[in-house]
Amino acid sequence: MAYSDKVIDHYNNPRNVGTLDKAKNSVGTGLVGAPECGDVMRLQIEVDENQIITDAKFKTFGCGSAIASSSLATEWLKGKSVDEALAIDNMDIVEELALPPVKIHCSVLAEDAIKSAINDYRVKNGLPALEMPKSHH
Amino acid sequence: MLTFPIYLDNNATTPLDPRVLEAMMPYFTGKFGNAASRNHAFGWHAEEAVDYAREQIASLINCSPKEIIFTSGATESDNLAIKGVFEMYASKGNHIITTTTEHKAVLDTCKHIEKIGGKVTYLPVNAEGLIDLQQLEEAITDKTILISIMYGNNEVGVIQPIREISAIAKKRGVLFFTDATQAVGKIPVDVEADGIDLMAFSGHKMYGPKGVGALYVRRKNPRVKVTAQMDGGGHERGMRSGTLNVPGIVGLGKACEIAKQDMEKDTARLSAMRDRLEKELLTIEESYVNGSREHRLPHVTNISFKYVEGEGLMMGVKDIAVSSGSACTSASLEPSYVLKALGLSDDLAHSSLRFGLSRFTTEEEIDFAINHVKEAVAKLREMSPLWEMFKEGIDLNSIEWADH
Repeated sequence: MAYSDKVIDHYNNPRNVGTLDKAKNSVGTGLVGAPECGDVMRLQIEVDENQIITDAKFKTFGCGSAIASSSLATEWLKGKSVDEALAIDNMDIVEELALPPVKIHCSVLAEDAIKSAINDYRVKNGLPALEMPKSHH
Repeated sequence: MLTFPIYLDNNATTPLDPRVLEAMMPYFTGKFGNAASRNHAFGWHAEEAVDYAREQIASLINCSPKEIIFTSGATESDNLAIKGVFEMYASKGNHIITTTTEHKAVLDTCKHIEKIGGKVTYLPVNAEGLIDLQQLEEAITDKTILISIMYGNNEVGVIQPIREISAIAKKRGVLFFTDATQAVGKIPVDVEADGIDLMAFSGHKMYGPKGVGALYVRRKNPRVKVTAQMDGGGHERGMRSGTLNVPGIVGLGKACEIAKQDMEKDTARLSAMRDRLEKELLTIEESYVNGSREHRLPHVTNISFKYVEGEGLMMGVKDIAVSSGSACTSASLEPSYVLKALGLSDDLAHSSLRFGLSRFTTEEEIDFAINHVKEAVAKLREMSPLWEMFKEGIDLNSIEWADH
């Protein structure tokens, strides 16, 4: 399968690979996917007192599209408010990266990772967990 | 000088040997006759060329030229052998024994047999990829008509104990068919010494052309027959109708002749190169060879690199052409059933690469491949949450993964 130039770029030069201190209350961690399915994404956000995401990091075990989806997600998250981050839809990622239909699940996983990281942050800070809007799998 | 990408997927197909192409060329144009035309020189030349190819092939596998049935490839040969025996020997029984690690051409044909009233036993393999001979013997019933077990596996290269299997088959009066697509032309295959009754193989896995293959069908001790699966002019002793693919057959013949002549030299060179590649790649932490290293084809190795995903790895090794045990093409990812049958967990199966070397692979190409794979694995592990957890001593099995 031919990958789009944007996927190749994210794969070759992934943005924001790394780890934030998950013990901090300002950090939310989302770990989604499963090794036996061939993709696992860990996405982390650091949120300041104004509910702005100041940093985002990822690590992904998966195909090029999965790596690119999570790399792109971290790029988009930085500087957004938590509410704005919640509005990121997987189809935005599909469009930006020109993912073919068989790779849409990679974008779904990235959206799940964002929401799961936000929920982790909310729970840590005494807020109720949000219901995951879609069940994709 | 290296040309990219470097081709290391020779279990999928091999390039045509230029000597084979040269032998084929005249049969596309000047000598274009139909081998079944008995009335003129065009037909006679074509028939002569086909007969010569039969001899070249027979000489490689030690059979009579009359025992070679030409087909379009190994998939057709597998179908003809299994369905043909099932129909021909219906009065004797309806039970076939095979293994879980066969090629799809055998497995799907067996599934078809089950749909039309046959019974099939799928023998498991051990972690090495080998069947248990005692299990085989115990699976035989008075209804068993065929044992279908591959010679060398396409994904891991494991060679089954062919002579022991055929001895059991002979003792119990059951026919033995082997899909030897990966073995013929690569290692010595002798249908007499190996006790094989039917054998499938094809041209394009041994530097011959695509679209041509053969089924060996034993004529003596016992005399084996298969029911034709295509109706027509009754070519190939009535077992396979259809105008013979003369240039293809000439190519297959020439490929067999070269294989016989170069096998010893090729095997020594390829196994040394394969061993070097394998030894170097095993210096990567948490990497494992899949399948038996003792009973194996000389030009193949299948290695899992834990904590990196196969398709991501394939993208990282874009300068070499290899196959992955992962098929990440849908929401429900299917890891290789062969690796699963060897007992690999899904994540290890997803993390595997298959390297298949050829007569044309060079030491320089292997050097490049070693470094290329090492770099890609290191880069992906840097990005892998699983690798980080492993390094932190977290047991991945202790994590409740989302239902995906």
